[in-house]
Amino acid sequence: MKLSSGTIRLIIPALSLAVLLAAVFYMQPRAMSYTGLNLLFNLAVPIALATVAQMLIMAVNDLDLSMGTFVSFCACVTATFLQASPAIGILIFLGAIAAYAAMGVIIHLRELPSIVVTLGMSFIWGGLAVLMLPSPGGEAPGWARWVMTSRPPFVPMAIVASVVIAVVTHFLIMRSSFGVLIRGVGGNFRSVERAGWSVIRIRAGAYALAGLFAVLSGIALVGLTTSADANIALRYTLLSIAGVILGGGEFVGGKVSPIGAVIGALTLTLAGSFLSFMRISPDWQIGAQGAILIVVLALRLFLNRLEKREKNR
Amino acid sequence: MTIGKMLFASVAIACIAGPVSALADTAEKKIALSNNYAGNSWRQAMLTSWDKITKEAVEKGVVAAADPFTTAENQATEQAAQIQNLILQGYDAIVVNAASPTALNGAIKEACDAGITVVSFDGIVTEPCAWRIAVDFKAMGESQIEYLAKKMPNGGNLLEIRGLAGVSVDDEIHAGIQAGVEKNPQFKIVGSVNGDWAQDVAQRAVAGILPSLPEVAAVVTQGGDGYGAAQAFAAANRPTPTIVMGNREDELVWWKSQKDKDGYETMSVSIAPGVSTLAFWVAQQILDGKEVKKDLVVPFLRIDQDNLEANLANTQKGGVANVEYSLEDAQKVIEAAK
Repeated sequence: MKLSSGTIRLIIPALSLAVLLAAVFYMQPRAMSYTGLNLLFNLAVPIALATVAQMLIMAVNDLDLSMGTFVSFCACVTATFLQASPAIGILIFLGAIAAYAAMGVIIHLRELPSIVVTLGMSFIWGGLAVLMLPSPGGEAPGWARWVMTSRPPFVPMAIVASVVIAVVTHFLIMRSSFGVLIRGVGGNFRSVERAGWSVIRIRAGAYALAGLFAVLSGIALVGLTTSADANIALRYTLLSIAGVILGGGEFVGGKVSPIGAVIGALTLTLAGSFLSFMRISPDWQIGAQGAILIVVLALRLFLNRLEKREKNR
Repeated sequence: MTIGKMLFASVAIACIAGPVSALADTAEKKIALSNNYAGNSWRQAMLTSWDKITKEAVEKGVVAAADPFTTAENQATEQAAQIQNLILQGYDAIVVNAASPTALNGAIKEACDAGITVVSFDGIVTEPCAWRIAVDFKAMGESQIEYLAKKMPNGGNLLEIRGLAGVSVDDEIHAGIQAGVEKNPQFKIVGSVNGDWAQDVAQRAVAGILPSLPEVAAVVTQGGDGYGAAQAFAAANRPTPTIVMGNREDELVWWKSQKDKDGYETMSVSIAPGVSTLAFWVAQQILDGKEVKKDLVVPFLRIDQDNLEANLANTQKGGVANVEYSLEDAQKVIEAAK
């Protein structure tokens, strides 16, 4: 049987998630229940959304270092404006998404490195978040809280949400023509240009879509935590990048996998729980988390080699 | 096993065990400490105190377990995940020093809904279902001015060293100092700098502002900054004012050397890291079925001229003066709140 390279790309993340999950169930049988799964994975939902957003940026060969501060900013908007006067809140979100699109345009037009532009933007988002919520507080809109704490029959919300995110983005990125164009820009933007497409528009679109997913991530996060502070999601910058890579994506070449990205986010979240169930001292936890990442990436590199060797034959 | 079956089993066990121990017993209960940060001397002392007191309690069979957990990155989302893991691990109570007063509320609510007692201290949480052991930082600021008013009834100029800008603790101590100065108008704050609760930062900041100041009678501080201030005054060849200390070992050592040299007088005040052990006993009392008010106030630890030596002897090198609380202390605090 011949596996396509896309399938191979997905096997490693899915396998590592399964192994980790089995280990967690073995150590903590209580986790093997409706409530248990929900507690394990509900905080992975906003991370998965942020990872998808990061994946869109990485699909066009860029990197977003402002993801964490932008999600924090969105969380602050959700806990203040979106809750008190939804119309203004939605307007702010539309403005933020437009800002993301504009960022894409500027990066493309001036041929600026995305790392520099997004790093700069991260201070702007961080500043705006502090202006909005100088001290932690705010309140989650009732509907966001309702969605994030809902209890669908049989399958916990966290799992349903992850599957929905994975399926929707899979169709958006892997099946739609817009998705093909985004990945095409990452792969070889000149050929996309020569084929008569406006690369600038595609890039702006990819950034705007990323902005939308980051907004959803902020709303989901506040739905879980019930309130926000200006530093609430700073970890998401690195988590989202790690999630994309863990899920089989690459930094360049438009090689991304939406399902993999969601699995990557779940794996990262589970790795933290796994380490805390193992009672590893916190001094070692960051190192242990890094070790898990390195093992998974090494496995992938190994499979990539195999894949290449097959092709050369 | 499903949650339902487990609940049923535990209810059954409780029914059987109930009549034997008429007093609600906590010997089977497990308590966890969820801590957000371990990177300074105060937090290290806090964890050491927790270890010491809870180990004794576990050996005596007061509780079944009391395990500390610390997050690596001092981030609210990470601690929320940690608390959700603790729920899964089946703890009966979680004692929290929170990274954020509000961002953990979702996870805390999950814990309460699962029937877990949550007690927050130092970094407290606003979720109504949790207990709070707060320090009255405002009173701590005010007590400094009260002490100075007694020591120098004629008043004088004050230099205020503040903490880390934008942190609520800094605001509260500052508010207390302001309130004290309003009540005692013979004092006047002539300068204010941010010392960030660190000796080196405080020394630089004070050295920077000193040339522009008139004679300073006293320095009011927030802890961790008194020794640096003293160094700055010495370097500028200015007479050493009365510097209120913050219970750090280096500050107490300096105070002792000055006291031995020329009878230097001051006081020292801060929150004891052992407050984690108070939170432990409060959690134990709640599990024991005691009626406890949701908001408790912990006294701060004050060192005066006469008990300086005793406190210094008990303080580790590079550490913070500390008290560990006993069950009786916790009961007193609970009584006082009623």
